[in-house]
Amino acid sequence: MRHQLATFRLDGQLYGVDVARVQEALRLHAHTSVPHSPSTVAGLVNLRGQVVLLLDLRARLGREPFGADDEPMMMVVKLDGEPVSLLVDQVGEVLEVDSDTMGTPPPTLDPELREVVKGVYTLDGDLLLHLDVTLAAQV
Amino acid sequence: MDAMDEIVREFVVESYENLDRLDRDLVDLESDGESRSLMGSIFRTIHTIKGTSGFLGFGALESLTHVGENLLAELRDGKRPMTQRTTDVLLQMVDSVRVILDVIEKTGAEGVHDTSAVVAAIQQVLDSEPGADAPPATVDEAPVQAVKKPRIGKRPAAKTATPAAAASAPAEADMPAPEASPQAAPVDPAPADALPTPAPAPGPAPAPAPARDGEESHVRSAAESSIRVDVEVLDALMRHVGELVLARNAMTSLATEMDDATLVRASQRLSLIATELQQGVMKTRMQPIDHVWSKVPRMVRDVSTALGRRVKLEMIGKDTELDRSVLEAIKDPLTHLIRNAIDHGIEVPEARDAAGKPAQGIVTLRAYHQGGQVVVEVSDDGKGIDPQTVAAKAVQKGLRTAEQVAALGTQDILQMLFLPGFSTAETVTNVSGRGVGMDVVKTKIDAIGGVVDVQSTPGVGTTWRLRIPLTLAIMPALTVECADEIYAIPQVNLLELLAIDDAQTGLDQVGDAPVYRLRGQLLPLVDLRDVLGRPARETVVGAVIAVMQADGGRFGLIIDQVRNTEEIVAKPIGASIKRIGIYAGATLLGDGSVTLILDIPAVARRALEQQETLPDLQQQATVDTDTEQMLVVSVGEDRQLAMPLGAVTRLERCPADVLEQVGGSLVMQYRGRITPVVDLASLLGTGRPASDELAVVVCARGDRAVALVAKEVVDIVDCADLDRSEVSGAALLGSIVVKGKVTELLDLSRAVTSADPSFYDAHEPELVGAGSDR
Repeated sequence: MRHQLATFRLDGQLYGVDVARVQEALRLHAHTSVPHSPSTVAGLVNLRGQVVLLLDLRARLGREPFGADDEPMMMVVKLDGEPVSLLVDQVGEVLEVDSDTMGTPPPTLDPELREVVKGVYTLDGDLLLHLDVTLAAQV
Repeated sequence: MDAMDEIVREFVVESYENLDRLDRDLVDLESDGESRSLMGSIFRTIHTIKGTSGFLGFGALESLTHVGENLLAELRDGKRPMTQRTTDVLLQMVDSVRVILDVIEKTGAEGVHDTSAVVAAIQQVLDSEPGADAPPATVDEAPVQAVKKPRIGKRPAAKTATPAAAASAPAEADMPAPEASPQAAPVDPAPADALPTPAPAPGPAPAPAPARDGEESHVRSAAESSIRVDVEVLDALMRHVGELVLARNAMTSLATEMDDATLVRASQRLSLIATELQQGVMKTRMQPIDHVWSKVPRMVRDVSTALGRRVKLEMIGKDTELDRSVLEAIKDPLTHLIRNAIDHGIEVPEARDAAGKPAQGIVTLRAYHQGGQVVVEVSDDGKGIDPQTVAAKAVQKGLRTAEQVAALGTQDILQMLFLPGFSTAETVTNVSGRGVGMDVVKTKIDAIGGVVDVQSTPGVGTTWRLRIPLTLAIMPALTVECADEIYAIPQVNLLELLAIDDAQTGLDQVGDAPVYRLRGQLLPLVDLRDVLGRPARETVVGAVIAVMQADGGRFGLIIDQVRNTEEIVAKPIGASIKRIGIYAGATLLGDGSVTLILDIPAVARRALEQQETLPDLQQQATVDTDTEQMLVVSVGEDRQLAMPLGAVTRLERCPADVLEQVGGSLVMQYRGRITPVVDLASLLGTGRPASDELAVVVCARGDRAVALVAKEVVDIVDCADLDRSEVSGAALLGSIVVKGKVTELLDLSRAVTSADPSFYDAHEPELVGAGSDR
């Protein structure tokens, strides 16, 4: 069965989430940090009058933290109908994949990452990790 | 089917409303038996319920209200005077109607509530001679029990019935127990035609009762100009207005920035309209507090009768309006406070007599607006609360130690009433005093962002005061700065703001905990930077202390700077943020940025638990076994004295010339009283150093106080397992080493009694705070 994944890059790696779960992708705008929050919480942003949690996906997936010069973007996904904003390096295109070609994650994958990866697609020269948004967006 | 359900539901809702009014009317009527308009209103209410229940096939309800109506008809037509007995049976009928309505509401059918006893009781009153109002004692109890525990057996109730009615009463009782099926044909009770009853006209629609009886229109006018609106619609409207207010805030700050005259004008106009709209929408949700109060007269009557008190209820400010949701939230706390006022406040008539008060006590409810908040007070002129009893109780229950309570002021002691597991009732009654109560009141008021406190004068009375926000949706807040971030503090928690001009004035250190001397009281300080884990400030000079009230206590929150006051709309925050435990929510500021709203009671609990100025139970337990906090003062040159901090009430700084010599002993004026003074220097045998200022350690107990003067307060230290060496002199216990310095240990109780021999006699000996009981 073919379906569409919205892709983004994080620390060099290509990830995809079900396109139906994605509300929008935006430039990162001013956000408010929350003292004492878990390290995966980057802060709160104002999304057209709604206060939305901003998740640092790098911290969540155990990647290197963002550098000072990085200009991350926000991918807003729906979680139980409520928007949650994921902080990613760069938002990519929407790719159509065939779920029949989905492989199991390689055994070398970080255990932290393995928990939230549904499967792997091999594109030419690139590996696309299919993220389970519900799990990944949990703090 | 659905349409039928709808009619039944409306019938139930409306009947409840009418019954609430009925309760009040009946109690009013007892004191003003002549009021025909009141009587007319009561009659119509019952008549409407009877008519509609007949139409809907609720047979038991119909027969119950029918006989009640008969009685009311006689009362209305002046054939029978209003007596206590009459009121009693009518109130019982109202209760029974409520029980049935409750069943109808839950199941759609009226169930098997046995009403025969109540019916019989009313019938008996009907049958008795109008003049002879007191019925024989033999049948007096039956109906009372019947209300709570429906009687299974059929008891021919009317033993003294006149022949005419004797036939009808058993017929009533033999009626099958109220039918469970709604289809059952309503049975017309036998005595119906024996009495002059206006023909009941069962109307199909549960229209407001007063509208039907046209000729007596001077009673409560059913407002034709009002409509019923679903609360959800109002809630949605309120949310939208909240958004509008935020958008308005954004627009205002933008217009100020742009400096364009046209834009500023447009924004001002928008601002004006938004404010008006906000007030308008808020008004639609406002209800007078009377909605909650209307049930109180009945409750006060029942509770005071049950407890053998004579209570007069006064209600001031019935029209004070509150948001519907707030009103709903204060209902239970208020009920509890009122019951409590009667049970624990108002004395029995004999005791009041003995105290020279009128036998009838007064419970006063007062509601008014103050500073954007609503204040609701419950006062009684009863026996008041004795702080010593409260303190002793807290110690006895293990909530606080003797040292802790000895150090507390009266107000702080009264606040202990709000501790979980506290109840001062000597005997447990079913009205209040189950050990749950005031803490529940506090929890509920906390939950809506309100504050509750208590003031009491023994012998004169007690006042419980709730300060609650007008509405939960939009709240005034103070925006403050801390380490370049902005946070919002709800104004309901804010008492005052103090600027710190220099590092000396008022600031002090009690152990690790910073305190501020505010008008003679020690105010524990909490630095918001510490709370939020931000880098510590280099200097407190220039910072601001926001004096906050939370959890019945006060504390000072040190912030960098105050920005503004703003109307904010609390937005929900995710569970992951809520779990941190110091944020109540988030809001948007005018510039569109997100700002966290601090949960002040939570901040207080969190910060002050870490400090030891307000020690809690666990900490004190460890203090008891291992360490004791000692106040160290310097006396004369190079001499130091230590005393248990727990026994110290206050620390003050006074100019040296306040000391006066009166009749061979040293005294000073302290808080308008002549207070005996212990000069620690002369106690140690050293001379008092010449200095302009003195440190004064005040030990107070009840209304007695002794002042100990020293050169200055040096420190407060935790002394673990005091290593004493016995070098005793007068009033010294020995010496300890504090930070490398030999410090003499003061026998505080001896020092205090040397100035005031009866200091410890005043109250219970187990409360002696100087650590001498261990």
